[in-house]
Amino acid sequence: MEKALKRYSPIFVLPTFAAFIIGFIIPFIEGLYLSFCQFTTVSNFKWIGISNYINALKDTSFTDSFKFTVAFAIVSILSINVLGFGLALLLTKGLKGTNIFRTVFFMPNLIGGIVLGYIWQILINCVLSIVGQPLLALNTKAGYWGLIILMCWQQIGYMMIIYIAGLQNVSEDLIEAAKIDGATLKQILWKIKIPMVMPSITICVFLTLTNSFKLFDQNLALTGGDPNHTTEMFALNIYQTFYARAGMQWKGLGQAKAVIFCILVVVISMIQLRATRSKEVQQ
Amino acid sequence: MKNAKRWLALGLATVMTASMLAGCGSKESGSDEGDKGGDGKGSVYYLNFKPEQDEQWQDLAKTYTEETGVDVTVVTAASGEYETTLMSEMGKSSAPTLFQVNGPVGLANWKDYCYDLADSDVYGELTSDSYALEEDGTVYGIGYVIESYGIIVNKTLLEKAGYTVEDIQSFDDLKKVAEDITSRSSELGFAAFTSAGMDGSSDWRYKTHLANLPIYFEYEDEGIASTDAIKGTYLDNYRAMWDLYINNSTCEPSELAAKTGDDSRNEFLAGEAVFFQNGSWEYANLTGDGQFTDDDLAMIPIYFGAGDEANQGLCTGTENYWCVNSQASKDDIQATLDFMNWCVTSETGTKCMAEDMGFVIPFKSAAESQNLFVKEDAEMTEAGKTPVSWNFTTMPSEEWKNGVGQALTAYAADETDANWDAVVSAFVDGWATEYELANQ
Repeated sequence: MEKALKRYSPIFVLPTFAAFIIGFIIPFIEGLYLSFCQFTTVSNFKWIGISNYINALKDTSFTDSFKFTVAFAIVSILSINVLGFGLALLLTKGLKGTNIFRTVFFMPNLIGGIVLGYIWQILINCVLSIVGQPLLALNTKAGYWGLIILMCWQQIGYMMIIYIAGLQNVSEDLIEAAKIDGATLKQILWKIKIPMVMPSITICVFLTLTNSFKLFDQNLALTGGDPNHTTEMFALNIYQTFYARAGMQWKGLGQAKAVIFCILVVVISMIQLRATRSKEVQQ
Repeated sequence: MKNAKRWLALGLATVMTASMLAGCGSKESGSDEGDKGGDGKGSVYYLNFKPEQDEQWQDLAKTYTEETGVDVTVVTAASGEYETTLMSEMGKSSAPTLFQVNGPVGLANWKDYCYDLADSDVYGELTSDSYALEEDGTVYGIGYVIESYGIIVNKTLLEKAGYTVEDIQSFDDLKKVAEDITSRSSELGFAAFTSAGMDGSSDWRYKTHLANLPIYFEYEDEGIASTDAIKGTYLDNYRAMWDLYINNSTCEPSELAAKTGDDSRNEFLAGEAVFFQNGSWEYANLTGDGQFTDDDLAMIPIYFGAGDEANQGLCTGTENYWCVNSQASKDDIQATLDFMNWCVTSETGTKCMAEDMGFVIPFKSAAESQNLFVKEDAEMTEAGKTPVSWNFTTMPSEEWKNGVGQALTAYAADETDANWDAVVSAFVDGWATEYELANQ
């Protein structure tokens, strides 16, 4: 049976593969090509070489948005994963109401990014006006921390579920054996649980890392890049270059930025995958 | 048995592949619908800019199809999404044949796609050449609706405060009235101005429309129609006006950053403020549902403390230009030109545009509009007042407007000279930088 399946595998793969080619590979190559062109609509373009890339790297708003994105990514990856793991630990202890809490923490993940962004914008603006601080549109610091809080609130639940699944897979025997050998709770956590859930950590860090870099909806809705593009992240900067500008030169520039963005995200996440994978242990 | 399973697997795979291809196929035939018929009549695809008038356009298109048999598709882009929609639609095989640009700056994107309208009938119907978007002898677009903006006044409230519209003939008068209302606001129960919201839904009233005035007066002084570097001669007046707006308003200036256009309109509708800076397009919103009658409302010029205030009219102009897609097939272009011409010459078309859409159209056979603000504009012009032209179409880019808007908001939150200097810098230096970027 397995042999037969193997023989026919190309046929089974075909539908998805064709969809992948049409929906991903072709547009990707087209996009790559367009980044070397000047164009207004994607069907009408003129080859201009690498000047788009030169201009993209010269654009200070682009490099600034990169710095902001990195600053955001570091803090949000750490806080989401630490808090998500902490909650998972708590909710695998067999406390009362565990299921309700799991559901409650997961809920924010079911709401779309744009909606969340606007809800939090209202909330944060209210708080800021009560404490007499400049509102979000004028407040870079509040915008930055607002984004972090928003993303934590949205993603902790999701990561928590993955960590719970990982923690439940840690065999009781190991923990019992450790206890008999006199290991403290702290030792059990660091020497047994964390190494055993390393695959979950790999997944969660990968997800939070790529999400942080690709963040768009929440950024657009919460701050819109205000004030003066200081809270503009990578994806929003590309979008603004492409759509908010009038003139031939901007589309290709936006496209070039998008290609740079794509390469960066791939490289960074590859490094991360390799780094955390190497720490995974055999069960 | 083994064979049967194999065939089943193969069959399933084929069905899956086929259904997927069918899925793609049907989509494609759907987007081709634009040029169905193929009877040499062509068809029209209008990408409409104004969501407020979507329904009326749909009806008008239907009527036209019934009368002539030519297909007219009207699609309306969501508010604020026009450029985005246009860009993706133009890339398709059945692109819009009729679309819109907002003036010389918007034209920069679409110049290559604009059919020269110089020989078209509809161009000949224009009451004045100044409503056409012309560069180097090529007519790229035709302004199809003329709008006015100024300060909308709630006359009833103004009388309660002890003034009439006639009392306000200059910036000083306006300032006196507004500050008097503010000083007695707790007793009167209303404020002078609605909140000058600087949220994205409303900030265009100040970063674009109000900013038009310093630009207008500077252009008048210099005798120019556009510039690569603005001097900012009248920015002190701009500041005085902005101070007046934010300090005599329904809310604290620091809250303006989050106030929306709807907030501002609702305050006006609820009678919380006397003055509301907006345009003739708000007429339907203000008079609908029996909110206000024509007797309650008036629109006065935005007195700026500059130029000849006694003869200043409303700010009147257009930023809605029709363009015909030059890449469309010949039949479609002809059909589109015919449709445009029909809209502005036939009785049904002109009536629909004037009455249902509330537009004033700058064409010879236009029907009279019922819009109070538009009528006021005509009266003022007749009385010898000079309308302030719309020069914000020459602003170098959206980015420039955003920069000015941002600086204005920051200034509103903290009214210091340093913050005003930031507005001046965004206005003057920003103009030069953005102009250079836009015209590389």
